[in-house]
Amino acid sequence: MIETLWVIILSFSLFAIGIFGLISRRNLLFILLSLEIMLNGIILLFVAASNLHGNNDGQIMYLLVLTLAASEVAVGLALVIQIYRQQQNLDVDTLTKLRG
Amino acid sequence: MTILLGLIPLLPLFSACLLIFWQPKLLLTQIIAVGSISLSALLALILNVQLWDQAQFVLQVSLGQWLSIDNLSLGFTLYLDPLSLIMVTIITCVGALIHLYSASYMKDDPDVCRFFAYLNLFVSAMLFLVLADNLILLYLGWEGVGLCSYLLIGFWYREQKNSQAANKAFIITRIGDTAMLIGIILLFYQFDTLNIQQIQLQSQQLLQMDELPTTEIISLCCLLLFAGAAGKSAQVPLQSWLPDAMAGPTPVSALIHAATMVTAGIYLVARNMDLFQLAPDVLHFIAIIGVVTLILGATSALAQSDLKRILAYSTISQLGYMFLALGVGSASAAVFHLMTHAFFKALLFLSAGALIYCMHHEQNIFKMGGLRKSQPLLAFSFGIGCAALASLPMTSGFFSKELILEQTLLAHQPLLWWGGVIGAFFTALYSAKLFFIVFFGKLNQPSTHNTPTAMVIVLMILMLLSLVGGVQPQGLFTHFSAPADSASPGHTLSLFQHWLPILLPIFTVTLAWFMFIKGYFTPTTPSEGSSVSLKQKLHQFLLSGWDFDRLYRLIFIKPFKLVTEYNRRDIIDLAYRQLETFSSLLYRQLNRFQTGQLRHYSASLVIFCVLAIAWGLIQ
Amino acid sequence: MIEAIFMITAIVCLISALLTVTAHNAVHALLYLVTMMIAIALIFFLFGSPFAAALQIIVYAGAVMVLFVFVTMMLHQGEKSNLDEKALFSLKNAKGPLLLATILIAELLMISVQPLEMNSSLVPLSAISNEAEQDSAQRDNTSQPNSVKSLAIQLYGPYRLLVIIAAMLLLSALIAAIHIARKTPKHVDVDLSPEETQLANKQQKANS
Repeated sequence: MIETLWVIILSFSLFAIGIFGLISRRNLLFILLSLEIMLNGIILLFVAASNLHGNNDGQIMYLLVLTLAASEVAVGLALVIQIYRQQQNLDVDTLTKLRG
Repeated sequence: MTILLGLIPLLPLFSACLLIFWQPKLLLTQIIAVGSISLSALLALILNVQLWDQAQFVLQVSLGQWLSIDNLSLGFTLYLDPLSLIMVTIITCVGALIHLYSASYMKDDPDVCRFFAYLNLFVSAMLFLVLADNLILLYLGWEGVGLCSYLLIGFWYREQKNSQAANKAFIITRIGDTAMLIGIILLFYQFDTLNIQQIQLQSQQLLQMDELPTTEIISLCCLLLFAGAAGKSAQVPLQSWLPDAMAGPTPVSALIHAATMVTAGIYLVARNMDLFQLAPDVLHFIAIIGVVTLILGATSALAQSDLKRILAYSTISQLGYMFLALGVGSASAAVFHLMTHAFFKALLFLSAGALIYCMHHEQNIFKMGGLRKSQPLLAFSFGIGCAALASLPMTSGFFSKELILEQTLLAHQPLLWWGGVIGAFFTALYSAKLFFIVFFGKLNQPSTHNTPTAMVIVLMILMLLSLVGGVQPQGLFTHFSAPADSASPGHTLSLFQHWLPILLPIFTVTLAWFMFIKGYFTPTTPSEGSSVSLKQKLHQFLLSGWDFDRLYRLIFIKPFKLVTEYNRRDIIDLAYRQLETFSSLLYRQLNRFQTGQLRHYSASLVIFCVLAIAWGLIQ
Repeated sequence: MIEAIFMITAIVCLISALLTVTAHNAVHALLYLVTMMIAIALIFFLFGSPFAAALQIIVYAGAVMVLFVFVTMMLHQGEKSNLDEKALFSLKNAKGPLLLATILIAELLMISVQPLEMNSSLVPLSAISNEAEQDSAQRDNTSQPNSVKSLAIQLYGPYRLLVIIAAMLLLSALIAAIHIARKTPKHVDVDLSPEETQLANKQQKANS
């Protein structure tokens, strides 16, 4: 049997790895990948919880998160293309036009 | 009949609106402006004829509801009784004459349409003032005439001096007006109504009861109302605007600052006489103010060299007489003098205007002289005006002034009587001086213009009125009969007291003849001579109207300037400025976080989560 | 046995996730990510949720990753991109995020381990189905909670609104993506219009 603790550790580790990537990478494409990792960590937790409690709510949330991830990737990648067109690289640190 | 009454103030108002919005050509402007006022005057005369034989009458007409809040109901209700009928007659008749005069006086001015619009608006506001049935409507008219006065003093606004004079008049009368408004509100608090007649009725009832429950507050009300009256009628603490108000066109000076508007204060006090009877101290105070003002005005007029300023100070002085009469409880004498004064002062001002017109806008009397040959008509009209002003026997001024002095004595106020007599002496002196210097002596500067026909007609009518205006309107005296009777229980004048005021002007005019014509007195001008003698100091003192301007500068303007100097960086703003520096500091500090870099934002988000969870764990 | 498989899969998952985050080559990173996705799908299987596992592979490892691959194909410039990426990211410069992520893991574990009950272990569907049947006999007409059928019944029963919201989300994302990625007339240097339409088509396919 799979210990819940291990699942939680795995899920949080994936989430933290995603955060690490989110903060440390400067390439927008990698930031999106990190976001995917974070979402996967959360999905893991949802499905595990669905299993643990023996109902379908977690899986339904999984479906929602899936659609969310798909939309996010679509919009995010469109932004990647547009940014690449404008400045020929994907360094987010140079995107500081909205600085207050 | 009520329709006629309603039409009287509405006609000039309508005409003013027409002139403002239509701006017709010169001739049409003159016809509309003069025609509307003349029609009003005609209506007023019709009313006079119809009501001639009735001693007590009241006409009321409501032009609509103004506002109604709880138990306060105000309407545009006109109220006509003998007092307001006299005022309406004076205003419309003198107003019509002056409009006619202005039509020829102002015909070369490019802004003639604006001038007549203001003038009509003034007459309308003044009529609303005297016909008002409640105090708020009266106040509306009061402010309306103040506004028109301001606009007309500053009519030639391109000269800074005129604008300043207009501002001065507006601000000083504003002080009085504010006091008056407070007084009106206090009255409402006291009587629960703003209807003038009801206030009078309640005052009479209070007077008949022996104990006066709230004398202090009524005294305060009266004092505040009188402050408003003093501001409008140029009494002592607030008189200094009137001489400067002569910056306006001469017909304006005649209409507003001599004949009608300045008498609004008299009207206010006379209208509320029953109320003032409740506060004898205030009445006494009014009498004292009146005497001080009349002496101040008369002595200052003696020292002036500007023709119009002499007349202005003379107006102040005559208004002082009226307030003296009010102060001794004789409203009828005051209103009588108001009427005669309106006639002869309008005559004087219009003659002065014609004179100035003929002399190429020369206003210094010492540069005129010997004009009786070239301007016989003006000399005649001026002579009649001056005679009435000096209250020579058989002129209208004589009757009214005698009546005031007599009433003063009857009220057992010998000191005030002496004040009035001294004032009469000075009045006669300066009016004689004015007449003699301008029309006798050497011919300094020949006049070229001739007096236009319209002016001549107006002057003729006013001359007539000044001479025969001494007919006492009966309705007025029955209206005010009660206080006058109660004041004089079997008191008779001594021979001396009776004859002194009659003989004094004659004596004084003779004196003036010797002084100014025979050369016993050489006029000093302030510029000549380097040594400051006592005489020159006195002359300077009188010339500046007892130095009130300097006094005000000393006690009001300088401290105020000092305070503003200290308060240059607004003290109250200091707190807000602290707030502003604090927030800008906060802004600068917080702005550092706003790097615009996506990674910093996400990092700060994560850091916040870490800290929040850590805080939750510690708890 | 299952535990051992879970452990191995979890380690693979973590390592590939770490490699994804630290890779310099975008294509490598994508491949590591796919590995991670498949590992997670395997873990779902181990949980006893085959539907979730299938979706994970189809949608994530399939459609989303294909999107990434397309974009990478468009933007990747071979060795130059790798060198650029090395300049942008190195582990030496990422000590701060590393520390932050470590603290976050520690904290998350601390708050989630404490309230966990002793005998709470995840069991395959078959093992708990008896208890679950007793639990929810009167509550719901779904006899098998984690079966696809019950999921579908619930999705189109009480969770109708969620489906609508998801649909609207996808539609708006579709419109937004098309609008954003559209070539503006100012920037005509790179001609991407066929890719764009392909991208949009792929999105639609992925979402549907």
